[in-house]
Amino acid sequence: MIEVQSLTKDFGPIRAVDHVTFTVSKGEVLGFLGPNGAGKSTTMKMITGFLAPTSGAAKVCGHDVESDPIAAKRRLGYLPEGAPLYVDMTPAAFLRFVAGIRGFKGAEQKRRIDRAVQMAQLETVYNQPIDTLSKGFKRRVGLAQALLHDPEVLVLDEPTDGLDPNQKHDVREIIREMAPEKTIIISTHILEEVDAICTRAIIIAAGKVVADGTPKDLEARSRTHQAVTLKMRAVPAAAQQMLVALPGVEAIETVPGGLRVLPKPGEVIYSTVEGFVRDKAWPVDDIIFARGHLEDVFREITRPGERRPATAAAAEGARA
Amino acid sequence: MSLRLRNVSAVFKREFVSYFTTPVAYVFLIVFLALAGALTFYIGNFFDRNQADLDAFFTFHPWLYLFLIPAISMRLWAEERKSGTVEFLLTMPVTLWDAVLGKFLAAWIFAGVALVLTFPIWLTVNYLGEPDNGAVLAGYIGSFLMAGAYLAIGSCLSAATKNQVIAFVLAAAICFLFTLGGTNIVLGFAASILPQSLVDLVASFSFLNHFDQIKKGVIDLRDLIFFLSVMGVFLYATTLVLELKKGQ
Ligand SMILES: Nc1ncnc2c1ncn2[C@@H]1O[C@H](COP(=O)(O)OP(=O)(O)OP(=O)(O)O)[C@@H](O)[C@H]1O
Ligand SMILES: [Mg+2]
Repeated sequence: MIEVQSLTKDFGPIRAVDHVTFTVSKGEVLGFLGPNGAGKSTTMKMITGFLAPTSGAAKVCGHDVESDPIAAKRRLGYLPEGAPLYVDMTPAAFLRFVAGIRGFKGAEQKRRIDRAVQMAQLETVYNQPIDTLSKGFKRRVGLAQALLHDPEVLVLDEPTDGLDPNQKHDVREIIREMAPEKTIIISTHILEEVDAICTRAIIIAAGKVVADGTPKDLEARSRTHQAVTLKMRAVPAAAQQMLVALPGVEAIETVPGGLRVLPKPGEVIYSTVEGFVRDKAWPVDDIIFARGHLEDVFREITRPGERRPATAAAAEGARA
Repeated sequence: MSLRLRNVSAVFKREFVSYFTTPVAYVFLIVFLALAGALTFYIGNFFDRNQADLDAFFTFHPWLYLFLIPAISMRLWAEERKSGTVEFLLTMPVTLWDAVLGKFLAAWIFAGVALVLTFPIWLTVNYLGEPDNGAVLAGYIGSFLMAGAYLAIGSCLSAATKNQVIAFVLAAAICFLFTLGGTNIVLGFAASILPQSLVDLVASFSFLNHFDQIKKGVIDLRDLIFFLSVMGVFLYATTLVLELKKGQ
């Protein structure tokens, strides 16, 4: 359980995190999204007790990170951004150090380390100095360190950054497997990852929470949610005017290789459009139904200035 | 308490081992031993004095430490901050005290190793005559304590920056003040502008004066307490600096 209450951080005149509030419960995997410099890492640094908040508070399993840091940190596994490590050590020595500081001795220590090494697949580089490891392996050492004590709460700052596709898949698999027993926050720039493993996503921009919901909820906020794209080589005359007149249709956009029909909020237009096109016997190669892209939502929410209003698109479509 | 000990010793072990994974430690040891030997035999006129003691050897320690100790202490925190590992260390379940103390002890024991490796000088003096080995031991204890005090100062300044060069220069400068406070130049100057009580105060903070007492073979509780307090104060200051950095 992570409780973040009105967390704020100023770096001199810069407000990096601005009254961020959320709660993550056991079983949830929270995806932390936002453009570069949004304040994701800073928020995580405050949750893990590395930075003190300017105001507000963070609690890990009920323990305030500022007033009861040891209890909070004991329940926490943290992969910092960039996975900083003691590069003159080998993964073996490093994990022994972490296990020692986490209070594991003897056979228990060996068991814990073996398990972490196996989860992060470090067997082949176990005795190689960390500074000679590739970026992906360094990140995996960081991950092994965070998982070593099987913590109740995991805070992972871009855990799959720098991993190859197989490893990305494996790490997501690990997170998915652990999820029911843990409280997890991950930050990422890979939106498909959110779809794949997160039960919930928060988008922050300029230090503020601008969206909070399940990946599905967020997708539904996309302009292209439930949109229908018609692939055709030649667009029949007046097609746009006819389509925009259909019930439930908000606007029409020209897209490369065809037209996109955008629904009014809450409307489902697939069968209407499909039936209409079949009646007219238009030369349509393919009809694509969009569930809505997180990427669009992300862009629309975090860069509102560049949002093309649907009505403008419709007007543009009508003119074309 | 045992938890404390466990954390301190884990930090200590990692730090201490890390000294020996790079050539820097060996270079340091060689430089230290070469300088200690050269100063004793050439400048200290060890043989000409015709005295079976290590006074010529210990006399140079404060000056040797002045720039060699900041070379050890500069990396303590600055390096961790530069590489980002400080974020990892300080999000482990250890208190700032555990981390500060563990790292400090590693540096101090390392300095102790350097000191122990000067034993050939002790052997030489025993071969040449019959020194007061009690006084020699006192000299070693005093020198070790003084090294600790210099290191604690260096630890504090290393925590204040991520630049090791700056950490070195600041530590050397402050250590210089603490050392110089006991020289006649400073005391003479102080006497010309300050009342006697303040001059005594300046002198009482001088590492030179306290070390001089000990190396004569007189281990006075006050001198021990002095060095231990300097360590305590500056290690506490180190935790304060780290706490301050956390809040930026
Ligand atoms: N130590 C610091 N001193 C001053 N400003 C800082 C510091 N750390 C972060 N910032 C600023 O705080 C803001 C948020 O940074 P943060 O690292 O939290 O962003 P982020 O969301 O993690 O970005 P990214 O996606 O690039 O990792 C940025 O404007 C950054 O420049
Ligand atoms: Mg970041």
